[in-house]
Amino acid sequence: MTDRRSFVRMAIVGAAGILVAACDRISQSAWGPNVLGKAEGLNRRVQALLSPSSSMAREYGEADISPVFHPNGTTMPGTPAYQALLANGFRDYRLQVDGLVRRPARLSIDELQRLDVCTQITRHDCVEGWSAIGKWRGTRLSAVLDHVGVDPRARFVVFHCFDEMEQDTPYYESIDLTEARHPQTLLAFALNDKPLPVPNGAPLRLRIGRQLGYKQAKYLARIELVSSFEDIGDGQGGYWEDQGYEWYAGI
Amino acid sequence: MSAQDLDAGVPPAIPEPVAESRRLVYRHPLPIRVMHWINVVALTLMLFSGLQIFNAHPSLYWGNRSDAGTELLTLGARQDATGKLVGITRVGRHEFTTTGVLGVSNGSDGSPQVRGFPSWLTVPGPQWLSMGRRWHFFFAWVFVLNGLCYVGYALATRHLQRDLWPTGSDWRGIGRSIIEHLRFKHPHGDEALRYNILQRLAYLVVIFVFGVGIVLMGLAMSPRMDAVLSPMVEAVGGRQSARTIHFIIAWAFVAFVLIHVFEVLISGVFNQLRGMITGYYAIDAAPAGAPPAEAVSPGPVDPAEPAPPSPDDPVEPAPPEERPHD
Repeated sequence: MTDRRSFVRMAIVGAAGILVAACDRISQSAWGPNVLGKAEGLNRRVQALLSPSSSMAREYGEADISPVFHPNGTTMPGTPAYQALLANGFRDYRLQVDGLVRRPARLSIDELQRLDVCTQITRHDCVEGWSAIGKWRGTRLSAVLDHVGVDPRARFVVFHCFDEMEQDTPYYESIDLTEARHPQTLLAFALNDKPLPVPNGAPLRLRIGRQLGYKQAKYLARIELVSSFEDIGDGQGGYWEDQGYEWYAGI
Repeated sequence: MSAQDLDAGVPPAIPEPVAESRRLVYRHPLPIRVMHWINVVALTLMLFSGLQIFNAHPSLYWGNRSDAGTELLTLGARQDATGKLVGITRVGRHEFTTTGVLGVSNGSDGSPQVRGFPSWLTVPGPQWLSMGRRWHFFFAWVFVLNGLCYVGYALATRHLQRDLWPTGSDWRGIGRSIIEHLRFKHPHGDEALRYNILQRLAYLVVIFVFGVGIVLMGLAMSPRMDAVLSPMVEAVGGRQSARTIHFIIAWAFVAFVLIHVFEVLISGVFNQLRGMITGYYAIDAAPAGAPPAEAVSPGPVDPAEPAPPSPDDPVEPAPPEERPHD
């Protein structure tokens, strides 16, 4: 009986193991990930059709806010530039906005607060599967874009960050101009009525209502408008995208 | 397919059916067979890649948030006094030691690793979330398009209305059908061609509750889709509830497949497999109306329920018996 049971168990584990091994070979091949990755384009197009670019992420009430907004990824950037700003309470912080813009700018948090500021209580969904709800206050990215004047050649907004994921590999992200101009796309400087804490991306982070957490870059240093992100990082449009994650993170 | 061939599963006391007493019936048309096997591949890879994705955060919650301390299920790990890794499965407040399978299991190098489901149940084997997502979303499209084709085909050919939708007499026979299933008794004459009430209900639930439900709960995890699906997401409790339901339906699919395969095994595995590969399925060539000889349990048959199909249920149209293999 135990013989038969262990045989059945071995057969099941063995069959599953063969399947997994075959899939691993496809995952490591040159063509496999590309073929499987075709679904990303389909997801982006079909989701844009079903959920138009004007659709809004649900906004929650005060009672729905997470008691602790779990910080993920970097929680304390170690770079000297960031440490110097932190030591001074971010008083010298300036967000650099450049690239394909008419009037490049260096904006302090005070200056950002004089643009179109709004507060929203939205849900943050991590690619790992967890969710948290926070109350964000920040400047609409569209207002910043209008402030600097976007060159018609620009197609993407790239976010360069202070934190390094590996030696000389700073975090970065990118979104297209449609997502950038969405009314829920904010440069957030406050979380739950307090200045943005360091683990959550102080002094300024990106908030996008309808994409996964890894798109929502923390510790923003510079915003660059580009026509293509091929020459940035490994060319996939973001740090995690360079590691194989989808550029379109709507699902 | 839980049909239906008593002879094949029965021990030697009964003589092998002689060839002349059986006839081959063309039962499963080509599109159904192709879609069935595409579904096998898609569901298997969705399950394995889904468990890979689950492993990135091996806890489930209810509502919209993942607050620490509110987990419904966690596949975790801790070190014992000697520093050895122990796999802990926590369901509500109950803890189970599940070292080796859940929480802690051996990686490809043979050393214990902290991971929710073991590497032989995840695609890819090692922890690799981005690749798991690629597999999952690719085969999600295969699963959805295949499912839509199936429903369209089944409606157009009236397979759904004729073979799957229960009739009044099906409902009246549900008690008998349950008893027959519990006794592992399957018809092997003409009646074997007709789905019984439990099969009909099982297939309808799997297609329209599990199938539709798991896709909707998957979409409910998409932040972009939530912008338009938020009433549905809130109706099930929130995004984390949707994730939990998605997980539960995935295992409900596994339970269905286990029962399905078990029924195939006990009702004549060779005949059933041939039916789903070539389309041809063998039944006893008993004269119409004559109840097939009872082979196993001679238990009383409910006299109120005659064995042959009742006249208000159209049986499968006379199957072309000599059709060439396609």
